[in-house]
Amino acid sequence: MSTRLAKGGRLIDRAKPLNFTFNDKPLRGYAGDTLASALLGAGQVMLGRSFKYHRPRGLVASGVEEPNALVGLGRNARFEPDQRTTTTELFEGAETRSQNHWPSLDFDVGEINDKLYKFFPAGFYYKTFMFPRFAWKHLFEPIVRQSAGLGGVPREADVDRYEQAYAYTDVLVAGGGVAGLAAALREARTGKRVMVLEQTPHWGGRAPVDGGQIDGQAAADWISNAVQTLEGMDNVTLRTRTMLAGLHDHGYAIGYQSVGDATPGDGRPRHRLWRIRAGLTITATGAIERPLAFAGNDVPGVMLAGAVRDYIVNWGVSPGDRTVIVTNNDDAYRTALAVLDAGLTVAAVIDAREHASGPLAQKLRERGVRVLEGRGIAKVHGRKAVTGVAICAQAGEGGVVEQIACDCVAMSGGWSPVVHLWSHCGGKLTWDNTHAMFRPDPDRPPLGDAGQPLARAVGAANGLLTLPEIMAEADLPAVAEPEAPLAPVWVMPAGAKEALKFKSFLDYQNDVKVSDVQLAAREGYESVEHTKRYTTLGMATDQGKLSNINGLAVLSDALGQPIPATGTTTFRPPYTPISFGAIAAEARGEIFQPLRRTPMHAWHESHGVAWEPVGLWRRPYTYPRTGESHRTAVNREITNTRSNVGLLDASTLGKILVKGPDAGRFLDLMYTNMMSTLPVGKCRYGLMCNDNGFLMDDGVVVRLSEDSWLCHTTSGGADRIHGHMEDWLQCEWWDFKVYTANLTEQFAQVAVVGPKARLLLEKLGGMDVSAEALPFMTFAEGTLGGFDARVFRISFSGELSYEIAVPAAQGLAFWQALHDAGAEFGAMPYGTEALHVMRAEKGFIMIGDESDGTVIPQDLGLSWAISKKKADYIGKRAQERSHMTDPDRWQLVGLETLDGLVLPDGVYAVADGYNANGQRHTQGRVTSTYFSPTLGRGIAMGLVKHGPARMGEVLDFPADKGAVIKARIVDPVFYDKEGKKQNV
Amino acid sequence: MSDAVSALNGQTHDGFARVAEAGLRGMVTIRADLGSAALAGALAALGLSVPAQRGIVSAGGKAVGWMSPDELLLLCDYAQAPQIAADLTSALADEHALVTVVSDARALFTVQGAKADQVLMKLCPVDFATLPEGELRRTRAAQVAAALWRSGPDEISIVCFRSVAGYMMGLLEVASRKGGEIF
Repeated sequence: MSTRLAKGGRLIDRAKPLNFTFNDKPLRGYAGDTLASALLGAGQVMLGRSFKYHRPRGLVASGVEEPNALVGLGRNARFEPDQRTTTTELFEGAETRSQNHWPSLDFDVGEINDKLYKFFPAGFYYKTFMFPRFAWKHLFEPIVRQSAGLGGVPREADVDRYEQAYAYTDVLVAGGGVAGLAAALREARTGKRVMVLEQTPHWGGRAPVDGGQIDGQAAADWISNAVQTLEGMDNVTLRTRTMLAGLHDHGYAIGYQSVGDATPGDGRPRHRLWRIRAGLTITATGAIERPLAFAGNDVPGVMLAGAVRDYIVNWGVSPGDRTVIVTNNDDAYRTALAVLDAGLTVAAVIDAREHASGPLAQKLRERGVRVLEGRGIAKVHGRKAVTGVAICAQAGEGGVVEQIACDCVAMSGGWSPVVHLWSHCGGKLTWDNTHAMFRPDPDRPPLGDAGQPLARAVGAANGLLTLPEIMAEADLPAVAEPEAPLAPVWVMPAGAKEALKFKSFLDYQNDVKVSDVQLAAREGYESVEHTKRYTTLGMATDQGKLSNINGLAVLSDALGQPIPATGTTTFRPPYTPISFGAIAAEARGEIFQPLRRTPMHAWHESHGVAWEPVGLWRRPYTYPRTGESHRTAVNREITNTRSNVGLLDASTLGKILVKGPDAGRFLDLMYTNMMSTLPVGKCRYGLMCNDNGFLMDDGVVVRLSEDSWLCHTTSGGADRIHGHMEDWLQCEWWDFKVYTANLTEQFAQVAVVGPKARLLLEKLGGMDVSAEALPFMTFAEGTLGGFDARVFRISFSGELSYEIAVPAAQGLAFWQALHDAGAEFGAMPYGTEALHVMRAEKGFIMIGDESDGTVIPQDLGLSWAISKKKADYIGKRAQERSHMTDPDRWQLVGLETLDGLVLPDGVYAVADGYNANGQRHTQGRVTSTYFSPTLGRGIAMGLVKHGPARMGEVLDFPADKGAVIKARIVDPVFYDKEGKKQNV
Repeated sequence: MSDAVSALNGQTHDGFARVAEAGLRGMVTIRADLGSAALAGALAALGLSVPAQRGIVSAGGKAVGWMSPDELLLLCDYAQAPQIAADLTSALADEHALVTVVSDARALFTVQGAKADQVLMKLCPVDFATLPEGELRRTRAAQVAAALWRSGPDEISIVCFRSVAGYMMGLLEVASRKGGEIF
């Protein structure tokens, strides 16, 4: 049973007790505790259930590598599952909850899986869920869904805020242990900008716990002096609680800062994601201790040796009264000493090596502790807590030679350098046989753009595991107890029988055992990457921090090859999980995405608009009045526009100014028709194709002056078309003297449409808008009702129509003035749906309806807008290819249902016969379909094979539920074919 | 001309820095050969000069900033912009150039206070610690294009398109909220 010691704990403040709960049980810890140390100090050894077998689990580690002790933290809008207790600071009122059990932590139905372990081998899913086929969808998948995952899903939206920040530095030091601090001091003294990130709230890493002397000072003193020196330097930034999560190409690094985790609701952001550009990243990320693979190595109370001494020294917490140390190296003896120094008992040290004769072992013997050499643990007794261990010969098969009662087992299989950051963007590793570990190969670092190293590993992360070695790298003298070499131990005992290997865990979080990896090898898995996926070794949220090396060592042994021949799996960022909130940062709610507003946006909103998203804009779809459906509102708007006058906010239309001596020549290449011949003051409808010949945009082009044109584009196309123009000008026709400017947002634009449009503009006054002064397809500039205006006589509705551009800052006032002056003429706003219906009544195409990226202008009856005289235009060559000139291409026609109803959108016209897949042949499809209030019936446009030659033919359009709708092929212009109304 | 209003009509927020929509400002885009003597002369007449790469030159309430190898942005009083554009157009009549008023296409914001940099650090990939006065930086603020420069002691000006002024104010408000100080 664990407990809080009466004294000690260098990180806690006993004067500041903090209350928290675990599964609703009130508990108490101290400021400076982690959730883990507080729980352990409160006697909570068992903290959760394992993923697959639902075995009781407790703390194994004291840092980021912890696989078991994950809890649900907080409640409601602040609930978050899978929070790692070892890296979460305790705070007043913290509510924690254990995971993966039902109905309770103590009694869990899922525990049956542990008894059935033989039925859940590696590759269990692949072996079990294959047959019968239907069972996956209806039986297995729902069960797997129900039981998969650790923590629960939050039910409410997160109320905390998150943010990101950018930073730039010459040197980025990842890790504030003694190696990182020493490296930072050296770099900072050269005057470079240095940023040091430490993932915990404390500087110094393991050194204060492990002891030793640096530069003649106690390690802890040297650390506080170093931090003080760095704090005093202007070129140094120090950040605790900030983990370097990933190192990417070009020295781009992601830092993850915990800002307000421990102070929920205080207004600070919870997390901050740092996006850092670093010239050089120094990885001083330390090392992680490896567990030993013996039967029952997952029983609560079995912990890493380093973690046991962390809990004692850092937080004054005793993991148990009687501790057994099991090790293959000398470092674990430090734990034995820490246990003794805390006044607790070391029942024995089980050393797997034949001889334990180093100075640390001697020291322990002198204090009367039994050191058993060449021994291992055959089995751990206890289920929810350790009660003892059975001892065997490490070299044997597990025959028990002795039983030792204990309530804590401190294990150490040696240490592995944290090589993650080094490896993230291509640093290579080398196998160090002496220390049985992969370490960074200094000759093969990750490289930058000029081939320079992007990273340098220092300290334990560089494979230097003793204080003198670490400090020597920074040219500083240091003293620590010398250590005898370790002996690699991958399975304990070496000849463990099946029954033991079934309970010897490699990956705690995913419940992968020695037996699973060996089974995978027997079944033919040779690649470590394949074995990882087959067994799920290292695929849990701890990403195999404890299991990686042990797992691949077991695999190598099973394959009969040396460890470096097997290699490691890929290290991928982030180093530990980071919150989605930090990734999303400010992009939520109102500013999830930019919303583009026209100058009249607020007016629309206050006049009951129903919005339609168009790109990032919102455009009025219609303005329903009280009691009106959208449909009736649209019909009203159309009827009013065709009989009185309608007003459309057309500000979103793209407006690109093209100017220069070569502008005409340039536009002749951009558009399919001639723009260079357009007289000054005139407007011309134009089509733009991409280089594959497909129609991509359309709009009215205006000749403003001898050398300048204004090109209108679709609302969604403005930025794209401007980019398209600049692309050709900058990359292909760089010798053309042409400048462009995207003036889309400079102008608010209003379409004043309908038979009374002229009356309205005449009432505003200031410009002659008569048919004589301003004929159809011309433009004029002047002052209209006191507004600086450009008036275009163009029509997308078939009515008498003016599009008027005014400076955007006057847009709202102009819009308001039109409504005020137009009241007597019945002026009403209309939206995009009315616009669509009116253009369809006129047979005008719409980019995105009639075109879909596979349609060429020739398909749409627009050959008249394709110049035959021009030598070239973008898309011309493509349109001459055989498939583009194929007379069988579907062509634009109008469609009229025989019953007058509206065709469903996108339906196909069927032809005789069936294709190879048993589907009906088709001969056409609907591209636009509406109810026309003007004609009082459904109208549609579509693309039909040989369509224009088949006027009057009736086609079958199968719709929902077996219905077949009959529609006749007609001319696509339903309204005012002669164009009299727009040209008055 | 009547009733000209800026996108947000001068909205402000006070967080750990003060963010404000700065109202209407005259802006003129100049696309030309930046080495042209006529351009230099025309700018000199306004008390300005052709800025160096990434530079911004200010004098007498006007400024001109470098936008690209063939583009400048001139800032002036809102009311002056049409006349300045017309004058520049005449001055550059004999050369290949494009001069056009873009005052209404933009929204201008200021971020003021000792911690102004920290607001924009959260939104723009810019090394503010090394951003000198007299430099105009074209960048982005979260998801939209922006340009910014140091426009006074403890003040940064930032320009974006008018249609996304509301989004920009949302960004600045969130980024400057108290409790979000970085240093």
